[in-house]
Amino acid sequence: MSERTSNRIFDIVNITFVTLFVIFCLAPFVHTIAVSLSSNRAITSGEVTLWPVELNWDAYAKVFSDHSMLQSLGFTVVLTVATTILCMLFTIAAAYPLTKSNLKGRKFFLYLIIVTMFFSGGIIPEYLLIRDLHMINTVWALILPGLVSPFNLIILISFFKNIPPSLEESAEIDGSSHLNTLLRIVLPLSLPVMATLALFYAVGRWNGFQDALMYVTNPEIYPLQLKLFQMVQNNMVNELTQMEGASRAALTPEALKAATVIFATVPILCVYPWLQKYFVSGVMLGAVKG
Amino acid sequence: MTKAKATYLNPTGEINNRRSSYMKRYWQLYALLSLPIIYFLIFRYGPMYGVQIAFKDFNLFQGINGSEWIGLDAFREVFAMNDFYTTLRNTFMLNLLDLIVSFPAPIILAIMLYEIRSGWFKKFSQTILYIPHFISWVIIGGIVYQLFGTQSGMINEVLTSMGFEAVPFLTEKNSWLITYLFTGVWQSAGWGTILYLAALTGVNKELFEAADVDGATRLKKIWHITLPSIKPTIITLLILNLGKMVSIGFDRPYIIGNTAVREYSDVLSTFVYRIGLEAGQYTLATVVGLFQAVVGLVFIVGSNYISKKVTGDGIL
Repeated sequence: MSERTSNRIFDIVNITFVTLFVIFCLAPFVHTIAVSLSSNRAITSGEVTLWPVELNWDAYAKVFSDHSMLQSLGFTVVLTVATTILCMLFTIAAAYPLTKSNLKGRKFFLYLIIVTMFFSGGIIPEYLLIRDLHMINTVWALILPGLVSPFNLIILISFFKNIPPSLEESAEIDGSSHLNTLLRIVLPLSLPVMATLALFYAVGRWNGFQDALMYVTNPEIYPLQLKLFQMVQNNMVNELTQMEGASRAALTPEALKAATVIFATVPILCVYPWLQKYFVSGVMLGAVKG
Repeated sequence: MTKAKATYLNPTGEINNRRSSYMKRYWQLYALLSLPIIYFLIFRYGPMYGVQIAFKDFNLFQGINGSEWIGLDAFREVFAMNDFYTTLRNTFMLNLLDLIVSFPAPIILAIMLYEIRSGWFKKFSQTILYIPHFISWVIIGGIVYQLFGTQSGMINEVLTSMGFEAVPFLTEKNSWLITYLFTGVWQSAGWGTILYLAALTGVNKELFEAADVDGATRLKKIWHITLPSIKPTIITLLILNLGKMVSIGFDRPYIIGNTAVREYSDVLSTFVYRIGLEAGQYTLATVVGLFQAVVGLVFIVGSNYISKKVTGDGIL
């Protein structure tokens, strides 16, 4: 067998395996989309695998006419945007001073922050704190506890450090204040890493579930994940009652559940591909310097 | 150097007053830093202050400071609970199984991606492979139900149509482990390749050329060049993963698990939530949380120490 053919065979096998893995990643989505677009009859008789059967959009029409679902979506969008902006402001505010090696107390502040990466009070003291601050059932309970991620902060610090110091120094000689230098020179040069961190914060908030479960009981500020969770839990109850041989009456139709899952996934899929080239380098930076 | 600049910035002759010129130059930075520091003190160190209720007979009306000290009574009570040992065992078991199943996947996948020559296909596959990392456990839970349900789940439909018996993936504890591990591989395999691919960008291309001259096959090159170049990354990540054995996220076991498989799905994080926030036994739950935090810290510091010894690389 010549070298060229063996190379060929290797490439074909390799690409086949990677393709299989890509399908493995996509198949659950494709199946869920297929279910969301199929008739309930086809779903319950098990005809739906990766392609819609008896195609219809009823489930989506229902999701979009469900007032509480739309309210939850609207709330989650606003919450995610607000959280991301605040998180970014606080992370930048912490990162920039901590890159200045002349700053007195820099090491101390850095340690103060890093310690929290390895030890935390645990969820019960956190819950009691939020309770004592009267933040239960307010949006602040969902925004403030995770304002600065030490991991993201370290990524940003290492990025700031890589900016050529000559740029900042020349600005300072021209009389620019630190704040001015940050806004005019450092931030514009850091757009890729800021996009990465904003994505991490936004995804974290969008996907965040445990804090909502702990702090929110008022349906008006239910994040989407909590609303979805109650639906998933219904599924679980359904599965368990089936086990006991009970009938599956009065449950949300499968197509509607699938449509809701897709409804909550699409916003992430819309944002993510545009930021991909940034976050890969951001993750690497964090891994190398972190 | 600071002094030189200070001199330049203060030509009016304030050089003798170094402190005020220092504050003049740096007050903005301290002002910026003060906000996040206040945040850390309140929201990260505040709960650490609250940890003392592990040693107190805490009740909501008397608050943290008003409750009475009980020493290690709560610890004794926790260490006498069967559920504590079950959840501790499950935490180790699920983490260990996850490590065995989910740890090799990104290594293999990264090597395969590295071998792909077509630029667009590589990029396309990476885009798809990273997606699951951004999907919440709640959504994964919803999808898992669609896939693994006993009566209408797709996998069981396929199995029964092929003449096999339906597998209770969600309600029988041993089959449930398959579901749990499946979600882990699905969610993390693609994302995990990033670090390995990063390590591979540093490989000297001349090694491959030299191997070509010697007539080495692709598999031989993978074995003798590619794998050795990511070996330090593999070892570091393996040790650090072992360091996280006692810590486990809340969302995944809580959402994928259920009462029928609780014997396996109940882990330390869900146990803390259940006895603390559902049953209101704040002191006991804090004890469990503190135990987990301290043991977790010991594990992380230990694994980091080993990692530094073995590879000269760590996270601390």
